[in-house]
Amino acid sequence: MNPVVTLLLQRIGIGFVLILAISFLLFVGVEMLPGDFARNFLGQSATPEAVANIRRELGLDAPLLTRYLGWLGGLLTGDFGHSWANKASVNLQLFKRLSNTLFLATTAAFFAVPISVGLGMVAVFFRNKLPDHVINILSLAAISMPEFFIGYLIIFFFALVLGIGDGPPIIPSSPTWSFENVQLIFLPVLTLVVVVLAAMMRMTRAAILNIMESAYIETAELKGVNMMTIIRKHAAPNAISPIINVVALNLAYLVVGVIVVEVIFAYPGMGQYFVDAVRVRDMPVVQACGVVFAGVYIILNMLADVGAILANPRLMHPK
Amino acid sequence: MSNELRDLSLKVVLGQLSRRDFIGRAAALGVAAPLATKLLSSTARANPVKGGHLILGCNGGQSTDSLDPGLAASTVPTNVNWGWGECLVVTDPDDGTAQPWLAESWEASADARTWAFKIRQGVTFNNGQPVTAADAAATLKRHSDENSKSGALGILKAIGQNFHADGDNLVIELDAGNADLPYLLSDYHLVIQPNGGFDDPLAAIGTGPYKLEVNEPGVRHTLVRRDDHWKSDWAYYDSFEVLVVNDATARTSALTGGKVHAINRVDPKTVDLLGRAPGISINNVSGRGHYVFINHIDTPPFDNNDLRLALKYAVDREQLVETILRGYGSVGNDFPINAAYALFPDEVPQREYDPDKAAFHYKKSGHDGAIELRTSDAAFGGAEDAAVLYQQTCEAAGIPLVIKREPADGYWSNVWNVQPFCVSYWGGRPTQDQMYTVAYHSEADWNDTRWKRPKFDAMLLEARAELDQVRRKSIYTDMALMIRDEGGLILPMFNDFIDASTTKLEGVLTDPAGALGNGLLMHRTWLAS
Repeated sequence: MNPVVTLLLQRIGIGFVLILAISFLLFVGVEMLPGDFARNFLGQSATPEAVANIRRELGLDAPLLTRYLGWLGGLLTGDFGHSWANKASVNLQLFKRLSNTLFLATTAAFFAVPISVGLGMVAVFFRNKLPDHVINILSLAAISMPEFFIGYLIIFFFALVLGIGDGPPIIPSSPTWSFENVQLIFLPVLTLVVVVLAAMMRMTRAAILNIMESAYIETAELKGVNMMTIIRKHAAPNAISPIINVVALNLAYLVVGVIVVEVIFAYPGMGQYFVDAVRVRDMPVVQACGVVFAGVYIILNMLADVGAILANPRLMHPK
Repeated sequence: MSNELRDLSLKVVLGQLSRRDFIGRAAALGVAAPLATKLLSSTARANPVKGGHLILGCNGGQSTDSLDPGLAASTVPTNVNWGWGECLVVTDPDDGTAQPWLAESWEASADARTWAFKIRQGVTFNNGQPVTAADAAATLKRHSDENSKSGALGILKAIGQNFHADGDNLVIELDAGNADLPYLLSDYHLVIQPNGGFDDPLAAIGTGPYKLEVNEPGVRHTLVRRDDHWKSDWAYYDSFEVLVVNDATARTSALTGGKVHAINRVDPKTVDLLGRAPGISINNVSGRGHYVFINHIDTPPFDNNDLRLALKYAVDREQLVETILRGYGSVGNDFPINAAYALFPDEVPQREYDPDKAAFHYKKSGHDGAIELRTSDAAFGGAEDAAVLYQQTCEAAGIPLVIKREPADGYWSNVWNVQPFCVSYWGGRPTQDQMYTVAYHSEADWNDTRWKRPKFDAMLLEARAELDQVRRKSIYTDMALMIRDEGGLILPMFNDFIDASTTKLEGVLTDPAGALGNGLLMHRTWLAS
């Protein structure tokens, strides 16, 4: 059977098992955190009677396994349940927040990936000359500064001083790629691009440079092929595997790890949703977010591995 | 009002003078603070303009916020709930007295044990249903009966289930007299809902001037005016919106960037810079909120009063107000009442920082070994810094204080009211009676200093029923002295509520009861056309 199809089926199977395991670990992990939903939710206004009533209403006194299996049963019918805190349907809330996050992530990726791979190739072209050094220093600076600092700087210089772009709060009317919406998220996208650019660019540069040492590259140079053509046609395709891996990791980060950017720009994404739920131990929401985040990583890793196979003829046609 | 005062008040309205400075100037002109505030409010309230859309940017909203008023615990839900709903009583922003709201008037028996609140007639919920005393009674029941999951249960224990509807009146029959009962009904949890909200507590059906249109917890809430509201002298906007902006920097840039008209929780570290920005006015008010270090007086080593006194003398109150609040606050005197309360015992001498007395009491207590104070910024902004400063001043008195930094997550479940010595925050209550009842009565759930004195309980009940104000003040003075000298409460400072707004907003007034005009800013202000 086609190696790609085999791999896909294997990965999907393992993916489901992994998500199950993660959901159970998450469930147990939240249980082990100090405090329970009723006490944390009522906070300073908690009275023993009110806490007991909430626990009774939500069935929090049932044993852990029973509650987990109940949640799992709901999940198998596609229902993530209802938030313990505001009784809203988690499916609906999650859909909205996830759409917002994906909107931000895909727009940022749309710009970040081509720019970083392109810059990586340019850095190789000018290797050890001034443009290479400049690119390196700027990318190191970007990766060393914490994201909230980059975000604050961007808000200050662009929104407040220059008047370009929207400062916080940034609430898209709907997460679609209308011109208006993309304009609205310009500053958070810029922040995210700056944050992820460096890693992808440096990996591209390192992977391609590694290949530039090979004999066949030397042959091409001796044949008189244009340097940029060499990089583009002969070196880069062979460097796809590590590049795709780092891109996949960064894409996953764009979905899962951007809570800081969400907080700075007051953007209604998954990160803040998840953190608020963990703070009060709102289990249905925590579980749903955990499953979604795990799914994102699993899918992206799967795509990275598939991409690596597709780019490598030796793996595509094993003898 | 004199020309000079009028010019000064216009300057405040235009954002060129802060309210604080106005009160200072007015005092120099011989006008006392409460009168000055009133003068300011009357200038500000002239000529409201109807229409427009107000946008508030607030800290204090979570994705877990519920529309059930019983579960409201932070700024955003309380502000939103008072857009679509109303309570029976509201407190006056100038003098804090109980004023009619959904209750048109009330009467008490001579012993202050039986009360009748007349519910306003002809008022409808936003679904068209008329509001009756039965709805008011059902509301109280939902928050206080044996199935209650409400945050108001703690304060309603004082009433028990002794209330019922009688015609137009909500009648409450108490076991013991309470001269301040109306204040209890101004609590933000007690929004009147149809059939008390038993049928659907999350429906946002209330008697308020607005209807809830968009409800995205943790993101934004939009409310739109309804045409048939009964109160004509407030609520001028066509619609208003509350945007959740929890990050302080994002909030201030939202205001300076013109995306919102008003914000709450301005950071004391940057408020002076913000005040210098064009078109921004800072609105701060001396409220009843206080920052505390509390210990359990039934747990060693805090069961020794000499140790407690040592800890109280070792606090440099002025330093904490200057450093943590940047001057936006006032010193406390180890009892939870300040001048924002009626019948404030103003003759109690102010305890000062005295390392020698602290060392003396510490030695007398015979305690040996480190004393652990738990802190977290979850209690109040700057709590960790405050603990460090306290540690330094304790060291000067020879008291070995050790700080344990607790995670913000779960602070209110696992540290406050659980551990024997920690930092905390109280927002204050409308009356001294309520403040003492919720935190210092021997059976209070929130008695976070484990203060259990039958004599104190008796004085509390006596003052509650006492109608002679002179006698009442004298009882409250004795109670304050008891807590100050024997309690586990170390109260270094009362904090100001610091809000900011654009100068386009008119009619802005402050209320010591809470930030953003005690959550009623959207009803009292208007946008200049």
